[in-house]
Amino acid sequence: MAEANVSHNQADYLALLRRMLLIRRSEERLSALCREGKFPGAVHLYIGQEASGVGACSVIEDRDWITSTHRGHGHFLAKGGELKRMYAEIWGKREGICKGMGGSMHVADFSKGILGANGIVGGGFAIATGAAFGAKLRGDGRVAMCFFGDGAANQGTFMESMNVSSAWQLPTIFLCENNGVSEFTISSTVTGGKLVDRAKAFMPTVIVDGNDVLAVQAAVREAVERARTGGGPSYVETTTYRIQGHLEAEDAFLGGGTYRSAEEISAWQQANRDPILRFQAFLTGEGIADAADLAAVEQSVLEEVEEAVAFAEAGEDADPELAFSLMFENQEA
Amino acid sequence: MPRRRYIQAINDALFEEMERNENVIVIGEDVELAIFGDTRGLYDRFGPNRIRNTPICEATMTGMALGATAAGFHVVLHMMFANFVYTGFDAIANQIAKMRLMTGGQIALPITIIAGYGGGGSNAAQHSDSAHPALMNLGGINVAMPSNSADAKGLLKTAIRSNNPSFLLEASARGGQMGDVPDGDHLVPFGKAAIAREGSDVTIVTVGSMVKPSLDAAKALSEEGIEAEVIDLRTVVPIDEAAILASLAKTGRLVVVDESRDRCGAGGYIAAIAADKGFASLKAPVKRVNIPNVAIPFAPIAEAAVLPDANKIAVAVRGIVSKVAA
Repeated sequence: MAEANVSHNQADYLALLRRMLLIRRSEERLSALCREGKFPGAVHLYIGQEASGVGACSVIEDRDWITSTHRGHGHFLAKGGELKRMYAEIWGKREGICKGMGGSMHVADFSKGILGANGIVGGGFAIATGAAFGAKLRGDGRVAMCFFGDGAANQGTFMESMNVSSAWQLPTIFLCENNGVSEFTISSTVTGGKLVDRAKAFMPTVIVDGNDVLAVQAAVREAVERARTGGGPSYVETTTYRIQGHLEAEDAFLGGGTYRSAEEISAWQQANRDPILRFQAFLTGEGIADAADLAAVEQSVLEEVEEAVAFAEAGEDADPELAFSLMFENQEA
Repeated sequence: MPRRRYIQAINDALFEEMERNENVIVIGEDVELAIFGDTRGLYDRFGPNRIRNTPICEATMTGMALGATAAGFHVVLHMMFANFVYTGFDAIANQIAKMRLMTGGQIALPITIIAGYGGGGSNAAQHSDSAHPALMNLGGINVAMPSNSADAKGLLKTAIRSNNPSFLLEASARGGQMGDVPDGDHLVPFGKAAIAREGSDVTIVTVGSMVKPSLDAAKALSEEGIEAEVIDLRTVVPIDEAAILASLAKTGRLVVVDESRDRCGAGGYIAAIAADKGFASLKAPVKRVNIPNVAIPFAPIAEAAVLPDANKIAVAVRGIVSKVAA
């Protein structure tokens, strides 16, 4: 783990833990409920990558923007999105954050700077760059952080967006979560060179242990300070691992095929690699929190998850008429 | 009323709307110099924070237009030629057209995209398409295709004051055409067709670059005793169905003239509206004059062979109108 930071008090540390745990427990619940057919559509889970999103979002403000990916629940919650509204969205209810019109792959809360999860791999590059361009024109010190994976880094818009951000010194932070897989394909088999070398042509870069929340936080803080003060874009790569499949219950259509070993997955779940177990050990080891503190966080998270499930299940079905009225403002589709 | 060229009218609209609203910005390829003339002079007046050349990266430019709206801007993106809409299509089709619904209406999308379109200049296959059928099929995008100077100005001003994503497709071959433009703050609403010429024997529904040859055809037909009514749709999304059906009820015959390919083009859609909602009025089959399912060839003689023109339109009209002057 990174060094304990003197500027943190216990509450700050426990807030990081709570947010990571909220992502983990809420997605474990989604994984189980998905198999029971409790909600429509697919979910792509973030389990195993929690330190990356939570560490990164812990050092930006409400007014700053993020763009997310198809694996977007973690980013939504890390940036302060409400779990129960996200669940209601996944359940297709009108209480959903997008009134049931977007679903899991499109959770967004523009009031909190969450410009949306995105079903197009790499879809966030240009959107984040455009937002950063807007901030640059306004001179208001806001930053735009683009979460993407190693799979998305093979899209051409990655280079294009880095080029614009560099040419105009925009406050864009390219946050690459390198989990080693591009959907169902091992990224190394389809990727030439190192991703970081692509970014080095345009901006300062750093690779950090993406399962160490404090290391991610420190690296992103530096990038945010650079962006806010006119220093232009940065590339931060977090090395991490996707524990779940590309999407839940993928075995059903893989026809028995596999693309990685059970041993590999298991290795990333061990106490020395799992981002939450590592952080809990750090907190107790440093005397920042004790077992009772951790248990209290766990309990509070479990309660919030159960309340959110109840909220989503009790919600009203989405209004089909919205499909016609929401395409345009003040204009029927 | 002042006389302005089509492209000057667009330039006037940009000047006026940028003066009116400091949140209007213009970005795109070569907008500072303006190869078509539509953005000329804006840089000197408004400077690099209001108008800026982008790199040549359409797939990113379109997404950036969406992103910049998050900072409160109305983005006018110039994509130069309509063929480049295809290059930047992902963010248009998957992001801009869908973002408002996907987010449950959390946001508006004040984006105006300008592109020149159409053949007639030997610009060959990759610089002569119209692209509007692809845009019409997306659902969340308004598409304006002005045929004259006044509409070019008025439709663009409406687009820039709208919170909905809109395309203004400039009829490239019409850029130098002169026309009267009303004084003052001239706005033309979307979804309201104009009757470009009144007639009682046949309706020609058309838009943009095809209005001029349709009027030329109508004039020639008039000398033969056939009076064609020419409907200029002005916008294809939203589309003025009422105007199409009212004219069809009057004439009973319909020819659709459109500068897009035949298969799943705009003409087929308009013909379907007539078949579905105007069937009782029809005295003859609906005819379409458009581009065959080919790429636009380079050589002038070959290009002319595939593009609609006044003669082809007149032939189509004669084919469904039995009343011919003796």
